[in-house]
Amino acid sequence: MLFMSSRCCSSIRPRLITMAFIIAMLAAEAVQAYTVYVSSEKDNTITVIDGESLKVLQKVAVGERPRGIALSKDGKILYVCTSDADHIEVLDLETLKVTHVLPSGPDPELLVLGPEGKYLYAANEDDNMVTVVDVEKRQKVIEIQVGVEPEGMGISPDGKWLVNTSETTNMAHFINLETLKVEDNVLVDQRPRVAQFSNDGKQVWVSSEIGGTVSVIDSATRKIIKKIGFEIPGIHKESIQPVGIQLSRDGTKAFIALGPAARVAVVDTAKLEVEKYLLVGQRVWNLAFSPDEKRIFTTNGVSNDVSVIDVERLKVKKSIQVGRLPWGVVVRP
Amino acid sequence: MPSLEPDDKKKRFHRFPVILFALLGGLLLHGAASAAAALNIQIALLSMEEERHIPLSLLEPVIDDTGQMGAEQGIRDNNTTGQFTGQSFTLVATKIDSDASPLEAFVKLHEQGVRLFLVNLPADRLIEIADLPQAKESLLFNIAARDDELRTRLCRPNLLHTIPSRAMLADALAQYLTWKRWNEWFLVIGRHPQDKAYAEALKRAAKRFGHKIVETREWTFVPGARRTDSGHTREQEEVNAFTQVGDYDILIVADERDEFGEFLNYRSYLPRPVGGSHGLSPAAWSAVHEQWGATQFQRRFHEKNGRWMSDRDYSAWLAVRTIGEAATRTASDRAEQLKRYISSEDFNLAAFKGRPVTYRDWNGQLRQPLLLTSPRLMISVSPQKGFLHQHTTLDTLGFDRAESRCKKQQPG
Repeated sequence: MLFMSSRCCSSIRPRLITMAFIIAMLAAEAVQAYTVYVSSEKDNTITVIDGESLKVLQKVAVGERPRGIALSKDGKILYVCTSDADHIEVLDLETLKVTHVLPSGPDPELLVLGPEGKYLYAANEDDNMVTVVDVEKRQKVIEIQVGVEPEGMGISPDGKWLVNTSETTNMAHFINLETLKVEDNVLVDQRPRVAQFSNDGKQVWVSSEIGGTVSVIDSATRKIIKKIGFEIPGIHKESIQPVGIQLSRDGTKAFIALGPAARVAVVDTAKLEVEKYLLVGQRVWNLAFSPDEKRIFTTNGVSNDVSVIDVERLKVKKSIQVGRLPWGVVVRP
Repeated sequence: MPSLEPDDKKKRFHRFPVILFALLGGLLLHGAASAAAALNIQIALLSMEEERHIPLSLLEPVIDDTGQMGAEQGIRDNNTTGQFTGQSFTLVATKIDSDASPLEAFVKLHEQGVRLFLVNLPADRLIEIADLPQAKESLLFNIAARDDELRTRLCRPNLLHTIPSRAMLADALAQYLTWKRWNEWFLVIGRHPQDKAYAEALKRAAKRFGHKIVETREWTFVPGARRTDSGHTREQEEVNAFTQVGDYDILIVADERDEFGEFLNYRSYLPRPVGGSHGLSPAAWSAVHEQWGATQFQRRFHEKNGRWMSDRDYSAWLAVRTIGEAATRTASDRAEQLKRYISSEDFNLAAFKGRPVTYRDWNGQLRQPLLLTSPRLMISVSPQKGFLHQHTTLDTLGFDRAESRCKKQQPG
């Protein structure tokens, strides 16, 4: 190989080594192509970011107050809760045009797509309902009555359970999607925001924004295994407000966005203990993994940016300016 | 995947009405969140007829049920949680005539077995009730009296305050004015004792946060009827003459009964902003507040009552939610047990203010962020950035532990 050549003169060698180093770095940094979409509550836009260059490609105008976003299973469509427009907008990701809207009930905030890709579940904060929408027929299928101010929604990997949190009732409601009955209610700390199943479906993680904890619930027994608390030197407990949760595919790590504390907590899922806090932008709420799970993207509402976390090194790599008040984030492979 | 074919799913959804009923039944059966057996918790609201307040502005409604509507919203919220935990909450609202004795009303409610009370009365009546032997084993929430003395001197172990004190409001305003560096105040004080009390709180706040009251005047005009034709010509002249004083940064008005404060803005001799009871106003709650999920809360209230929530409504809601939260977590309705939980480290409540609210263990005051409002939009929220405290920055508002004679006590 070229740079192994013994004939190479000493003056050229350092340059070659440098080049080799750069090539090696590039290979290490090479990531599969993907795109990041971020909703901006204040600007009424979706910011499109290239996952490789981490450059903003475009800002797409959508309806009033876009918050929760979800990707279709084939990755061709982005569903956007435009809360003040009282519906869900369907954004074609090829043309970046809103093709149609779906009924959602009033003030939809957060939505999840069932694993079959056919049903969207949207939380309606105003009327204590979870609305189920058939995305193909473009119709509301049913409304399920839940607690006061429903918000977080997690669907089990097998699609059998929907866990919905209600902010004023302080509960995680386990809704059986076959019978559509609420089968269990687990009391968690104040103002639960996000519910997220582990990839094996055995646990549900629920963040309590005002309580300042994340409850890890056993999906089978519906008992809380542990409430994870957070402590950051120099930051008052009241400012530590967990919201977004992402669990790695291999089940070893959880990343939890801590709102005004401007930190993402990295949790060892075996011990259920925080191993590190990463400094990100201000008022961090939601997060999303890249497809290879080498990076995490966070939405920082007050600093109007997205932080990019290197998952292997557990370092914050970059921040990207996006539209004002970034809220939701998804990554399309 | 639930192995459901689309057809199967369709069938399911057609059973919608049946399912919904089954669902509600199921909620009661599966109330697994708490081990509590079915428990009905009675909460009394004790109010009395007050002098009818007609706001200076036609845009503001005459409210004669302040406090009660907030308490009712709290009961509704508690009962939604209650359907999952097997607890139900009932409000016993009692409003007595202005010449009747609230003590008798209290004793009567106590005889009926009520131990949890929202007291919607002035400070002197509140203390009389708190000192009754029957009140010893009860838990009282002050939702109306802002008097600082209740937080510094007239300490009662069976009493909690959800309404902010005047000192808290004044400090909230003063912190913001420090940030603005509007340090020279022109203080205008109304003719009632509560206006003087508010002025005292403002003076204390000015001293605490490095402001100077450069001018003070008392507004002594007796108000006539609220609505008159051509009234504005008089106000234009009066205020212009009244405010001819040396220079200042902001006019701070203490007019809790809303008799003249509204007249000052745009009519002062110097072109200066107005704050205090009018203009830039510190408040526990306001129709203009829509952050931290407050929008839904506001809409729920407005839809039901056709008006916006007052400070007293919000304070009543806070009291009912405090009871609800304590009852859910302790599975109890006993006043002593609830008080113990409420005073413990474990208690905190989400209150649409962006951070948990808790009670001060020395004087039972609910610590909370306060809003700085203008008539149409929110201006800021205090505590302001940079005002630090060794325990919680919320304790930079009002009387801190060392400034109060009240000491931590267990209910007697």
